[in-house]
Amino acid sequence: MADAEIIPIGSHGRPGRGTGSDRPSSASRTLADGSGRAAASAGRQRPSPPDEPRRRPTTTSSSEDRGPGPGVSPAEWLAAFQTGAAQVFGADWQPQLARFLAFLRRRLTGDYAVDDFGFDPEVAEHLLLATLRPIAEKWFRIDVRGIENLPDEGGALVVSNHSGTLPVDGLMTMFTVHDRTGRFLRPLGADLVFRMPVVSSLARKGGATLACNEDAERMLAGGELVGVWPEGFKGIGKPFTERYKLQRFGRGGFVSAAVRTGVPIVPLSVVGAEEIYPLVGNLSSLARLLGVPYVPITPLFPWLGPLGLVPLPSKWLMEFGEPIRTDEYDAGAADDPMLVFNVTDQVRETIQQSLYALLVQRSSVWR
Amino acid sequence: MDAGKRVVLVTGVSRDLGRRFARRLAAEPYVDRVIGVDAVPPRDDIGDVTFVRADIRNPVIAKVIAKEDVDTVVHMSVIATPGSAGGRGTMKELNVIGTMQLLAACQKSATVRHLVVKSTSTVYGASSRDPALFTEEMGPRREPRSGYAKDVAEVEGYVRGFARRRPDVRVTTLRLANVLGPHVTSPITSYFRLPVIPTVLGFDPRLQFVHETDLMRVLTHSVRSDVPGTFNVAGDGVMLLSQAVRRLRKPAVPLVRPAVGAVASVLKSTRMAEFSPEQLGFLTFGRGIDTTRMHLELGFEPSYSTEEAFADFAGDLASPLADAVTGLVGTTTAGLRG
Repeated sequence: MADAEIIPIGSHGRPGRGTGSDRPSSASRTLADGSGRAAASAGRQRPSPPDEPRRRPTTTSSSEDRGPGPGVSPAEWLAAFQTGAAQVFGADWQPQLARFLAFLRRRLTGDYAVDDFGFDPEVAEHLLLATLRPIAEKWFRIDVRGIENLPDEGGALVVSNHSGTLPVDGLMTMFTVHDRTGRFLRPLGADLVFRMPVVSSLARKGGATLACNEDAERMLAGGELVGVWPEGFKGIGKPFTERYKLQRFGRGGFVSAAVRTGVPIVPLSVVGAEEIYPLVGNLSSLARLLGVPYVPITPLFPWLGPLGLVPLPSKWLMEFGEPIRTDEYDAGAADDPMLVFNVTDQVRETIQQSLYALLVQRSSVWR
Repeated sequence: MDAGKRVVLVTGVSRDLGRRFARRLAAEPYVDRVIGVDAVPPRDDIGDVTFVRADIRNPVIAKVIAKEDVDTVVHMSVIATPGSAGGRGTMKELNVIGTMQLLAACQKSATVRHLVVKSTSTVYGASSRDPALFTEEMGPRREPRSGYAKDVAEVEGYVRGFARRRPDVRVTTLRLANVLGPHVTSPITSYFRLPVIPTVLGFDPRLQFVHETDLMRVLTHSVRSDVPGTFNVAGDGVMLLSQAVRRLRKPAVPLVRPAVGAVASVLKSTRMAEFSPEQLGFLTFGRGIDTTRMHLELGFEPSYSTEEAFADFAGDLASPLADAVTGLVGTTTAGLRG
């Protein structure tokens, strides 16, 4: 039923439903307006440059009057430092600065701890997730639903669809989970992640580990919130024409890991990541040479060079579904392939249906 | 079975760790005699240990075992780098042929009841496809094709074969993480003793360490407790290489991987540091081993965690300049707090 409503989206490879005919005209209208406005503002701004040189001599002359360095008294330096510190760290800048210096010292002397997987909570929280905040909030404007389906404590396996050419959806999911629940999502990554320089060390520090049963079970048994993208490269590297069509869910290893540890599976549907880098082609021979699954061609990459790496600002929706309990199965269930396949299908179907539902709710790709 | 005292044969006593273990074992109350065996005599005092100069690569070792009524054999002479032994060929012969001869002698012997083998976590290799922590059932993701790693894999293979053929002998294999301590000379300690530490650009491997005291303790424990099986042995917790370098307060130079290999071979040829080929993989991908079985089955608790073992090792290596800088930051912080 829902499928019937959706089919028009993926049918012709057009960017949106019916909007394709509207947008050129509106775009051209705004373009025409914009150029007019730009010309007008440029005309208005032209008188301003003479202002600046006039202002600049006054400052230089004043500093020349006071002379270089020695003219400033230590008290003035201190006052300037205090105002500066107060601006950066706020009114209670002294304890703030002390905390910052202590942090700096800890990092410089290596006096911090990582867990068995190489997870460094300080780097993850203050560096990785803090950097992602503006992207998640301002660029993709992520709309989150069903966050209450994540348990407050104890292990759980978040299973998500995978898309977007680069694993931006994984990063955004990590950010969202930490932002909304305060818990760290520990992603399971392909071995390619751990083969690449820089990426590998950041991944481990950010909490990731290799997607293998041993690691997944170890993390889940340790009460962690683990994220997995079972489609893998088939999902993330699928052509734009196949967007929002779930690929095969691996071999169901994630299900047996969840059953073995008795943790709930939380299905997660992410809408919006498909449009950030629309994959229209693949340099397969170059990919084979580099030993990567694909070298993408998108409408912007590689044509615009590094600028082509800027993701398109699509509107994102994230829905965490009802947890699927696995603690009712008996001990041998994880080794029963039929049961594992059934649960895998159930999770896949849940995510696919909720993707369709979310797509209907989203008014356009960009809003 | 003789409920009385034990007669222990220890191989590889010419090297510092082997010699000190043999001495320590000789002082234990349940041990009657310790016989140290090596191809070259130890340089320092071996105390109550009876030294027998014998090359384990030839059948003489069988006569030693038979004559002395040895009931426990501790095999410690699997070496990581050619070092003083000569070339790689000699090293391989010492490791593999030596183990084969020793095991053949043990198999012949009617008195040997217990075999303890000091192996290493290098058997697990180091690659991008490794799980975070290796348990004892796992093998390397890529079979080693050369060097120390292959030697150790072969040695362990022969030990397993021996355990099958002589089920009455309790075989304990200890897979140790890198051993650290003020007196230890190994590829990893000479690496950390370099004035400037080359690292692989973009990689930050996880490391685990065992303190030299804990090495002695775990070997003694295995001789005494007679728990058969294979056990990973490492201090609790892991460290990142970047953390280790910062705690040493030494500058690190990140280089692309082939360049690190080149630097390593230069260091090796100038004898500034011993550097084994599998160390490059280790310094790229790191390795973690699961020590649950060590705690639960073997019943051994290391007295040093990974971080403490490293701190003890790093204690005398810190540079004064870096101390001054961190001291300054420390006083500033304290001043602001107060």
